[in-house]
Amino acid sequence: MTTIDTAPQLATSEPSNPAHSAPDLSSQDLSGFAGRHIGTDATAQDTMLQAIGYDSVDTLVGAAVPASIHVEGFRSAADSVLPPAATEREALAELRSLARLNTVNRSMIGLGYYDTITPAVIKRNVLENPSWYTAYTPYQPEIPQGRLEALINFQTMVSDLTGLATANASMLDEGTAVVEGMLLARRASKSVSNTFVVDADALPQTTALLRNRAGALGIDLVEVALSSPHVEVPASFGLFVQYPGASGRVWDPTSVIEKAKAGGAIAIVAADLLALTLIASPGELGADVAVGTSQRFGVPMGFGGPHAGYMAVRAGLERQLPGRLVGVSQDATGHPAYRLSLQVREQHIRRDKATSNICTAQVLLAVMASMYAVYHGPQGLRHIATTVTRLTRVLARAATEAGHTVQSANYFDTLTLRTRTDAAQLVERAHTAGYLIRLVDDHHVQMSVDETTTLDDVRAMADILGEDLADDTVPRAIDAWIPAALQRTSAYLTHPVFNTHRSETSMMRYLKHLADFDYALDRGMIPLGSCTMKLNAATEMEAVSWPEFAGLHPFAPAADVSGYLTLIDQLQGWLADVTGYDTVSLQPNAGSQGELAGLLAIRGYHLGRGDAQRTICLIPQSAHGTNAASAVLAGMRVVVVACDDLGNVDLADLKAKIAEHADSIAALMITYPSTHGVYEHEVGQICKTVHDAGGQVYVDGANLNALLGFARYGDFGGDVSHLNLHKTFCIPHGGGGPGVGPVAAKAHLAPYLPGHPMAQRDFHTGAPVSAAPYGSPSILPITWSYVRMMGADGLRDATGAAVLAANYVAVRLRDHFPVLYSGDNGLVAHECILDLRPLTAATGVTVDDVAKRLVDYGFHAPTMSFPVSGTLMVEPTESEDLVEIDRFIDAMIAIKSEADAVGAGDWPVDDNPLRGAPHTAQSVIEGEWAHPYSRETAVYPVSSLIRGKYWPPVRRIDNAYGDRNLVCACPPPEAFE
Amino acid sequence: MADKSTLQYTAEHEWVLVDGDVATVGITAYAADKLGDVVFVDLPDVGVSVVGGKVVGEIESTKSVGELFAPVDGEVVESNQAVVDAPELVNTDPFGDGWLIKVRFESLPALMTFAEYSTLVGE
Repeated sequence: MTTIDTAPQLATSEPSNPAHSAPDLSSQDLSGFAGRHIGTDATAQDTMLQAIGYDSVDTLVGAAVPASIHVEGFRSAADSVLPPAATEREALAELRSLARLNTVNRSMIGLGYYDTITPAVIKRNVLENPSWYTAYTPYQPEIPQGRLEALINFQTMVSDLTGLATANASMLDEGTAVVEGMLLARRASKSVSNTFVVDADALPQTTALLRNRAGALGIDLVEVALSSPHVEVPASFGLFVQYPGASGRVWDPTSVIEKAKAGGAIAIVAADLLALTLIASPGELGADVAVGTSQRFGVPMGFGGPHAGYMAVRAGLERQLPGRLVGVSQDATGHPAYRLSLQVREQHIRRDKATSNICTAQVLLAVMASMYAVYHGPQGLRHIATTVTRLTRVLARAATEAGHTVQSANYFDTLTLRTRTDAAQLVERAHTAGYLIRLVDDHHVQMSVDETTTLDDVRAMADILGEDLADDTVPRAIDAWIPAALQRTSAYLTHPVFNTHRSETSMMRYLKHLADFDYALDRGMIPLGSCTMKLNAATEMEAVSWPEFAGLHPFAPAADVSGYLTLIDQLQGWLADVTGYDTVSLQPNAGSQGELAGLLAIRGYHLGRGDAQRTICLIPQSAHGTNAASAVLAGMRVVVVACDDLGNVDLADLKAKIAEHADSIAALMITYPSTHGVYEHEVGQICKTVHDAGGQVYVDGANLNALLGFARYGDFGGDVSHLNLHKTFCIPHGGGGPGVGPVAAKAHLAPYLPGHPMAQRDFHTGAPVSAAPYGSPSILPITWSYVRMMGADGLRDATGAAVLAANYVAVRLRDHFPVLYSGDNGLVAHECILDLRPLTAATGVTVDDVAKRLVDYGFHAPTMSFPVSGTLMVEPTESEDLVEIDRFIDAMIAIKSEADAVGAGDWPVDDNPLRGAPHTAQSVIEGEWAHPYSRETAVYPVSSLIRGKYWPPVRRIDNAYGDRNLVCACPPPEAFE
Repeated sequence: MADKSTLQYTAEHEWVLVDGDVATVGITAYAADKLGDVVFVDLPDVGVSVVGGKVVGEIESTKSVGELFAPVDGEVVESNQAVVDAPELVNTDPFGDGWLIKVRFESLPALMTFAEYSTLVGE
């Protein structure tokens, strides 16, 4: 056996970095943002073009994108509605002007959105820290251990507070979490009923969402006033209780739940997490499922989002949980290690049989909420909740003294008043005084107290209600308005993590400690194909936490939010323009929700034309699994269309499927460029074939980063698309959320795009798919700034640079790893698939080995085994510079030579630097070194790593162990000793 | 372990051992290998009526979720609790301790012979 003691020789690359040439004394104008966003400058691009054999980026992209769809064939560049690029300073000044048009009044509207104090240590070290917001979803579990710990804290927090066994790593928002609860109930219930019972005292936005989603699936929704005495509850597969009620009522649903469950129903309770520190948990009430939002745990209202919703289930329902679930497993040395559990239930495996179409979570916001609980601990949270409910009591007393009637004797933070005077006048009077309360009807108003409310606020409200606050003593015991029987006696948040970090120093260090475990864009390239991990510029992030954007309630009056409405209007116009559509709804708060909204629009359109039989959704074999899952949830049936050997849609099979299903065809969903990273030549023909059959064309916008500025979906046949603002338009991935998935459509589908019953402006009038009217507005300034600072030319240049980078990687790596698919002129789009299967066959080195070995070289692995098993898909994006791209290419070439050494028998297949990867510091220090490769080869395969290296905290993680032994809450500290 | 050559098979990669009016059902070694490490098995309750060709359970691995189809019409008379407790039995002994359910049936549909199944999977 040969031992290789030296680091593998790196292949020499083109001299891209002329470090030894004479200093360049000419000046360079870097005031434009595009020059900062795009990583490669003209010199680097020339080097790359030379390697590929093209003389300009324009000719390269022109040759890659089929000529028939070039935007020039459809309109002139002068027709763009985008304003010319602004500088970073100018864009911020414009955003300031828009912010000034918003008025931040004191919100007491409630309805699931409450003002909250974001601890500054969390704002600065999480929300505004690229180590947290630029990370990707933790698919490679060895390198996001910090984030996974934060998420398991979140799961433990939710599980403790709700009194249920297992919580997931967050949901998109409360409304969609309730919908997912309904879908879970339908899967898990043994009842044959088609009825879902909805609490009449549910949040109005939740009911609107349920109605829309149940309609598409043919579920009968029945509203019942569940809290009224002697209520008759119909037989159902699921029952939904809002707790406390939307009106503020606190009541005991135990017997209602018991009866429903006796009939085979699954009981779902939407509960307020802060209230649960004082009142009995859903688990104690008998609930099977609890859902809700963690917004008021330190996450700004942000005019509706983003926030982390949550879902928890009783033991036995874990495998029904939608979304992400973090679990504890162990690494190769038996140390505990976190990972995503039960991933195979997701869409990329189960497709139309998936548990749900939800792909992502709201990780950044879940991390914030969990850290709020870590910082305050159980006593701190209980103190906040107690203060809230005691001030509510003072307010109730004042309201009664002023002659209004408090509608429920039992409440936590929300009062519904039957008003002595005209309710609308009261609301107006409050607004004038700087307070927002909710108008229920002519005779009722509603108001909520939150963490930020002070006794002075209550005094001001008393004045508004018509009475000086005579008695401002705050009662101590809460028994007078929360019945003793409903008060919480069980413990929660007992794990040490919630009882340690009370000082800011300790909290700051805990956050740094976790961030140090993780690999985000602030360390290096994350070349994940189909994920578009590009720059999230600091200027783009600036406005997110400005109070005028962060501090608004989603149902604030239109007069208070005109800055937001202008920003939304402009952004919708810009996005429609660059995609060739007529209209855009920004409401969907994830790509999956955008897909669903688009498919529901298609469904609405066919129904509107009397074509109820059009329910078949054609989906190419190569499509992302979410497409199929979304189609099912839109009430459609999936028919798969084959792909040919080149990875393109097989036109003959498409025609055959259309002929077979004829006038049942509802839609074709096609991704462009394809999930194989190729510009399919026949896309125009494909769209036409579907249109001729009476179907609609859904173009999945996941890969828009390869097209922007060069071609538009609407031009070549798309009727509707979703865009991923968290890919192409710079919203950070946040470690697995937030996302924004606007839906863009042609005019004929406009009437069916999602609107909202509480929208301040009806841009659209279809039924909602998100809890808030404009989804996650507080992160829209990010995309707004990006488009504003790039201008039409900058966006086109970014596409060009992204396509150039991918083709450069493909050309340089082609001799080492076959590039699986390419399109016109042998070119790829913005990503390329490296086929590792021949290598695996020849050497036994697997795609896993290569992915984990990249960690030793200081990289996040490319996308693994998607869309083709046994391959890696690389997407460098336009933001990486040539030095970093070359560093990656060199690492891949070096790893290939390591694999060849295994193939040649120099190292055994089960003991070599690849199979042993990733290597922790401990693994090379502790005990005897008994491997046939050196410690240096293990951890310093490249000499540049000696000075600075990312050290993974765990070794390769055992997936099967974690799925067989499902543990989804914080392990005791001893486990790590 | 049952003798593979005397078992009957389905196109869904299940084997069936007939003993009187009771069919013991498992998945083949080929299927277990394709699934990879099995981590969870969901089986129907005893007493449940099943319909041939319909999904009655799930076999989840680290790579995929496979479905268990009832090969015959009938009533479940036994579910293998050992496999529920130790799902890896499906990998280690698919034709023996890794069996999944026993179904009492009235009539047996046409199933594949060992030779036919071997041809199907190309072995």
